[in-house]
Formats: sequence, structure tokens, C-alpha cells
Amino acid sequence: MERRTIFAGWVLPVLLVAPQLLLTVFFFLWPAGRAMWTSLERQDAFGIRTEFVGLDNFADLFADPLYLDSAVRTVGFCAAVAVLAMGTALLLAVFADRDIRGRAIYRTLLIWPYAIAPAIAAVLWVLLLHPQIGLVAHGLKAIGILWDYKLNDAQAMTVVILASAWKQVSYNFIFFLAGLQSIPKAVIEAARMDGARGWRRFRTITLPLLAPTMFFLIVVNIVYAAFDTFATIQALTQGGPGKATETLMLKVYRDGLINLDLGSSSAQSVVLMLGIVVLTALQFRFIGRRNAE
Amino acid sequence: MNGRVDWVAHGVLCCGVLLFVLPLWLLLAGATQDAGAISRGELSLLPDLRNLGVFWSVLNDRAPGGAPVWHMLLVSAAMALAIAGGKIIISLLSAYAVTFFRFPFRMLCFWTIFITLMLPVEVRIVPTYAVMADFGLINSFTGLAMPLIASATATLLFRQVFVAVPDELVEAARMDGAGPLRFLRDILLPVSAANMAALFVIVFVYGWNQYLWPLLVATDPSLDTIVIGIVKMIGQDSVTDWNRVMATAVLALLPPVAVVLLMQRWFVKGLTEGEK
Amino acid sequence: MSHSVHRRTLLTGTAALTAASLSGVAAAQGAKTKIVFWHAMSGPLGDEIGNICKAFNAAQAEYEVEPIFKGTYPETLTAAIAAWRAGQAPHLVQMFEVGTGSMLAAGPAVKQVWQLAQETGIKLDPEAYIGGVRGYYSLSDGRMASMPFNSSTAIMWYNKDAFEKAGLDPNKAPTTWTEVIAACRALKAKSSTPIPMTTSWPTWVHIEEYGAMHDLPVATKGNGFDGLDTELKINTPPFVKHLNRLLEMSKEGLFKYGGRDAAAGPLFVSGEAAIIFDSSAARAAIKRDGKFNAGAALLPTDPDVNPNPINSVIGGASLWTMTTPKRTAAEYKGVATFLKFIGQPEQDAHWHQVSGYVPVTFGGWELSKKQGFYDRNPGTDIPIVQLSRGKLTANSKGFRLGRMIELRNIIQEEMEKALQGQQGAQAALDNAVARGNKVLREFEKSAKG
Repeated sequence: MERRTIFAGWVLPVLLVAPQLLLTVFFFLWPAGRAMWTSLERQDAFGIRTEFVGLDNFADLFADPLYLDSAVRTVGFCAAVAVLAMGTALLLAVFADRDIRGRAIYRTLLIWPYAIAPAIAAVLWVLLLHPQIGLVAHGLKAIGILWDYKLNDAQAMTVVILASAWKQVSYNFIFFLAGLQSIPKAVIEAARMDGARGWRRFRTITLPLLAPTMFFLIVVNIVYAAFDTFATIQALTQGGPGKATETLMLKVYRDGLINLDLGSSSAQSVVLMLGIVVLTALQFRFIGRRNAE
Repeated sequence: MNGRVDWVAHGVLCCGVLLFVLPLWLLLAGATQDAGAISRGELSLLPDLRNLGVFWSVLNDRAPGGAPVWHMLLVSAAMALAIAGGKIIISLLSAYAVTFFRFPFRMLCFWTIFITLMLPVEVRIVPTYAVMADFGLINSFTGLAMPLIASATATLLFRQVFVAVPDELVEAARMDGAGPLRFLRDILLPVSAANMAALFVIVFVYGWNQYLWPLLVATDPSLDTIVIGIVKMIGQDSVTDWNRVMATAVLALLPPVAVVLLMQRWFVKGLTEGEK
Repeated sequence: MSHSVHRRTLLTGTAALTAASLSGVAAAQGAKTKIVFWHAMSGPLGDEIGNICKAFNAAQAEYEVEPIFKGTYPETLTAAIAAWRAGQAPHLVQMFEVGTGSMLAAGPAVKQVWQLAQETGIKLDPEAYIGGVRGYYSLSDGRMASMPFNSSTAIMWYNKDAFEKAGLDPNKAPTTWTEVIAACRALKAKSSTPIPMTTSWPTWVHIEEYGAMHDLPVATKGNGFDGLDTELKINTPPFVKHLNRLLEMSKEGLFKYGGRDAAAGPLFVSGEAAIIFDSSAARAAIKRDGKFNAGAALLPTDPDVNPNPINSVIGGASLWTMTTPKRTAAEYKGVATFLKFIGQPEQDAHWHQVSGYVPVTFGGWELSKKQGFYDRNPGTDIPIVQLSRGKLTANSKGFRLGRMIELRNIIQEEMEKALQGQQGAQAALDNAVARGNKVLREFEKSAKG
């Protein structure tokens, strides 16, 4: 976490960090703070009648068994998405980093899908995975699998995990690739001279040197899975069937922007944020430290 | 390598490409089908080559009172560039400050920035709108880009890169009498080139694909981005010309691919710098 | 430099003028008063709204309406809320019917139609609007709160070709649920389509419309019109029996659940399903994209529940006038003039005919008849016939329930669990009532503040 060698003085660093900090304060902390204050209130959508209710919104949440179910489900969902998205991306990045013909084309093709507008990606997923008219359904029917994620919990969960992970693979791929590119060729060469090859070379040389990237991506992927997948889920299953694919963030989104229950939605975001902050702090403490040393 | 074809690598990469390019291909194929094909679920894998003209024709599309597609592409590009450029610069500087200096409330600064990772703009949209209104930035280009520039992701990435810079390198630079800014320019920038290129691609696409915030904050049709334009084409309670929607979506993919291609060279550059 | 100073003085000068005199100045300068209209119509209908505004702008010299697309209905609502809180609300906003309860609870944020008419002196006569449409957007005493604009209702769409293949009369759609089941069995036996029947909008069609047409209360207090302390009543025998029928049909392979809200739509358009219950506004898409002859028919009913079914309720959206602290009398007058304009028979008939929504005024309906629209387009009068059937009752006026989207979703969730076989029809609706009432109590508290 700490560096031993540092530059002296504090005026320059404060100047350097100031623009970022100002933007954060005005466009994040201030509005997020207001949103959080709302978690202690009951108010109508337009904010005309507000009433301070203390921790009522939080108490309501934790008294709701459906909410606790969602919490458990979210943990599993995040883990699955992060592992799947990072594993696939690392595999592809390692091979795309090899000295092979056409690697520029491979790279472009693997990064490009990331740019598809989410609104369009959602339409494509819905059509591809449609239980009756989708290509996937036709394929599965051919091998004798009954595909109906609109009413099958496990299939619905699989669908949202796959779609969410799919979207993040390109992201991870590009950073793994950048990480691999930054590893000096000399180090790899030296390892080759020492006779380390294949999996062993990857595990003992490449992986440790990739650790900073890996740590960055773990944090980003968990945050992604927790916060940024709701649009995908909303488009595909809307949290159904029943509540089988409802994650905490989907509920925050639905309660805040569709159901207009701002108090509860804010309380839920506070809970979610605290959860992620604690999780990341732990990561910084254990993984982050090991990295730096 | 030594002239042998790396079959394993090609095999794995081809599978990956197949998996990830399928939607892209569907988009291309869908753009050349008839307007109602998608509504019927007829997502053909074969493009109808007779209808390639659709790409040219959507370029000049315009809703009554709206901006044409090429104009929306320009707005999107400007917004994405502003966000990507702004993000990288301020994140690089702040990560540098937090990693290589000790100053009061250093970690507080870092965590304050870090926390912006959470709560996507969708959740805090009403209060964010209020702040923008207080600044008088509603319906302006600045209002479009500014709130999206603050970024924990980029700061975290640069911090990770900087933390991994060997202490010896810093010491050596100091021996040479390099000041903090020269150190940043001569040592840190080359070291992080590959990551910066990666970041630029990602952030550009992030800015490019923004939807809800631009929709809310800008009401002037001349500020419409291409994503808003696409959503506008998907008919509510009426027919949707899916071929045109898809064609527009394909056009919307061109600028990001240009960015990827451009950044490819930086990846390679990062490689050679690393070899030094 | 001197230029910017000059501009600043000019700005201060303008600000110093009182708001009231501003409109006078504008008029003197020949500038039009601008009316901002936020809507949620994308695609061809968005273009059509542009045309309506253009027609209005050309028809008079005082006002200029600027239509702006703000995303889906929920996004438009969020935008309106954010803008109102910041004092920047548009003059007019298009809001879906299920948001009516929330908008009515918004008090000072909106100016209801009757208030607007009173203040501006521009007559906006409720009697000109079709009862089933007007009722949804009116107060209990008949005063209009928002202006009906795009209205549809749920009807039955069926694939005539599939009916023919199954040996059914393609020109005689089933009218009762018993007949629907018989038709579905025939369709299944001849396997004319892979799926006999599916449905869009599960809650709207099978709870709301079912309740209205059979004159059953969906909620107490006149479906919420007479008080915020309303409670759901959808676990009564008729509703349970109907849901149970759907469950049985699903087991028998006659009914295929196609997902929430409008998700089932493609099943019919693709020719997979022979019958779908969907919005009458789906017409344009079905006609253009479907590769078969489609027929429109009334929603089926249960004669043993009610031998004389009455009107169904509308879906769609209405226009709400919004306030800001700086809004002038001239601006409100412009809004009222515009609302009056779109309610004229010519405008209403035109919008009805190009959009596929039902006419909202008697004048628009009569004019369309006179123009021969329904003769040229058979089936387009089905929704109007169904909306104006029988006499409007407290159960068929519409719904005034807070957080109605959430209620719809809760009911869909419980239905899904029933379709999965996790619970029976009675348990599903009992759960929906229990969970829904919790939401209604929360809304009551927030609206009373």
C-alpha cells in the first residue's frame, strides 16, 4: 500500500489532485449525499411532502425476507459474473498476446463488441435467447433441452449471468492485454532460458507480474456486477420469474426510477454501497498489500 | 515465433471471436433484412447484400425537428472524446499525487475518489440534475460531459500501475536530478502507455454509450447523441424499422472501432518501451 | 469586451422586468410564447407528434409548441420530476395511465385541466371526451385532471389463417372463455401454430380489464378513486377462477406464458401463437410485420360471472400541465390553447387514424365514421366498441392506485410463481393482495406526508 520512496512537498500534490476532487465533490458527493439523506426520509416523487423517519426505511428492508433473499442471490451473481468474465478474458488475452499471425485482427474483433450500444445489445439478447423464436432456443431444442427462461429459475439466472459476463469480457480483455504487454519481454525470455515453460512459466512469472492489473480488475468487476448489470437484467428478465433474478441493484433501480419510492431506494443504495466499500477495503488490506510488497 | 503455426492460440481465439462477434454479425445481417423481420424474430445469419444501401440512407435520416444521424455521430464523438480525455488527465494527475507524495488527508482523498465507483448516475440522477441546474449547466455540452468525467476506475488503474513501479527507478530518477513533473513525463507516462491506451478505448466507449444522463440533461435536439437517436427510432406502440435501427447501430460502431485501431499502435509502443 | 458588458446590462435589464410584463414585451417584439412539450413517443408516432405541433404552430401566431422526446414513459416521468425539482419543468408532459395516481398526488407540481380552464378562461369541456377515456383522468366528481391523448385498450388478436387451418371460422372469433378454450383445443389438435394462446400485459388484461368488464372491484374505495386508503380485492372467487383457468390451460399446453408487459408480442407477430391478448395499439406492427391475416376481436368474457359485460378500461397516456415558479399566465394560456387544438374533431380524428390509438373525443369518433375510416379498415372500431359498451360503473372507470407499476409487477411475479407450479391460484392472489396492500399503505403515507 505504501511506497518507500516519495517526493517531498504537499502543494504540488494537492494541486494535482484538486481537479479530480472538485469534480467528485460537486458531481458525486454532493448529489450522492443528498440521495443518502433521502434514505432517512419518506417523500413523494416530487419531493413536495417530506417527513423525517429516521431508520424506518432500513428497518423495513431488513424485515423483508424477499430483500434478504435478494442479498444472498446478489452475492452469488456477482461472484459468478466476475469469475466468468475475468477467466474468459484472461484466457483470450494470453493467447492474443502470443506472437501469432493476425493478432491485430483478433484483438480488434474481441474489443469491438464492447462498443455496441446497450439499448441494441439488449434487443439482440432478447431475440437471440427468446424461448420460442430465438436462435439459442432452436439450437437447444435440437439437442433436446427445453428452453424457457421466462418460467425456469435456473435458466433465467444462467441467462442474466452469461449476458452480464459477456458484456464485461472485452473490458477485462483489453486491460489484461495491456498488462501482459507491459511485462518486459526480457523477463519472459529469462524464464524461458531457465527452462520454465507453459503453465509453470505462466503461474510463476506472468501471473505475479499481472497482479496489479488483476487486483484492479477484481475490484472493477465486482463493482460492475453489483452496480452496472441492472439494465441487462431489466431488459432480459425484469428480475423474474417471480424474483429469481432480482439483484439488489435492480431493486434499487426499480424502486427509485420506476416505482418512485425514493426513501427506500436510497436506503437500499446506502446498504449496497456500504457492502461494497467494506468488501473493497478488505481487498485492499489483504490482496492490495501483498501486491505492493 | 519459430515459424510454427500456433494452432492452440488460433483455436482459442477463433472460439472467442465467434462468441463475441456473433451479436455484431447479427447487427450487420439485421440491417439488410426487411423492416419487419426482427419483429417476427427472423434474425437471419445471412445478410441480404441487395440492401446494403440502407447504411447510406440512414446517414441522412432525420426526425422532424431532430438532428440528422451524422450530426448525432459528431455530438457523440465530441462527448466521448471530452469524457475520455478529461478522465485520463485528471485521473493520471490524482493517482500520481496519491501514490508518490505524502500530504495531509491523502488516503481520505483517495477513498473519496474511490467511492465514485459506486452508485451509477442512474441512482443519483435527480439530485445530480439539481446540482447541474444550480450551476446553470442544463442543456449545454459542458453539462453533458462534466459529471461523467469524475472517475474512480481510471484513478485506481493508474494507482495500480504506479504502485508497481520499482523503487529503484524512482531513486535513479532522483539521482539524475529529475523533478516530480519530469519524472511523471519521462518515466511514468511511458510505463503506463499501454494501460492508458486501454483506458482510452474503454472510457471512449463508456462516454459513447451514455444514454440516461444525456437524455435528461439535454433537451435541445442539436445535442442529441447517437444512442438517443437509436432509441428514438425504436417505435413505441407502432412499427419499428428494425433494419434502419440496426444500420444506425452499425454506423454508431465505426468511431469506437477507429479508436480501437488507433490505440492498437499504442499497445505495441507500450511493449517496446517496456523492453528498455 | 465591450460587447460582453453590453450583453450583461441587457441581461440584468431583462431580469429586472417583471415576469408579468415579459409576455407583453415578447408579443410587442413579435416573438412567440414558447411551450415545451415532453413526450415519450418514439418511432413513427414521435414524427407524428412533430407534425401535430407543426400544424398548431402554423394555425396561430401567438404560441410555438416545441415537442421533445424524453425516453420511455418512466424515463419521461423521471425527467419531469428532476426538472420540476430544479424549477425547470416543461409546460406539458405526456404521462402513462399508471402514473395518474402519482401525478395526482403531486399537488402543486401540476395544474389540473379544470384549473387551467378556469384560470385561462379557455373552455375545455369534459363532455366532449368519450366517457371511458375521460373517466380515467378525472376526479371522482367529473372534473378533468389531465388531458386524454393517446388511448388504447386491450383486445384479442387472432391469426385467421391458423383458425382456418384448425377448422374454425376465421370470421367468428370466440367471445367467451369457454369458446376460447374450445378454439385453443382445436388449434392444438390440428397444430396449426406451435402455441394456441399467449398474452401480453398479464396484469392489465387478466386482472384490470377482467375486473372492469365483469364489473368487479379490483380495489376498494371505487378502485381508489374515493380515497388513498384503498385495498386490493383481487383474491375474490372470480379472479381466482380465472387465474386457475390460465394455469389449467398452461398445463394442457393451450396457453404459453410469454413474459411480462409487452414481451409476448413477437410470439403473435412471428406466427407462433394463434391468439394473443394485447393492446389495440399493436395494430400497426401486426399488420405490417405479420405474414398472415390477423383479426381483431373483443376480449372474451365469462357469462356466468356477468352476462352483460360492460366497458373495458383504457391504457396509454394523457397530457399533464406542469408548473414552475416563473411560469406566466400567457404560457398557461398557450398550453390551454394547444390542448383545445388537439381536441378538435379534425385533429383527434387524424391522430386516431394515423396512430392506431382510439379517438378520445366524440367529435373525432363521429368524424372518422363519416370519413368512412372504419369501413375501409375493418376491426379498427373494435376497441371503441369495447370501451363504450354498457354503462360506466365505479368498477369500470379506471384505477387510481399509487405506485401502480409496482402493483402490476407484484401481481406478475405471483402469477409467474403460480405458472411455475410453486403455488395455486388462490395463494398467488392472496400473496399479491398482501404485498400490494403494503405498497398502497406506503404510498398513502407518502402522499399524506
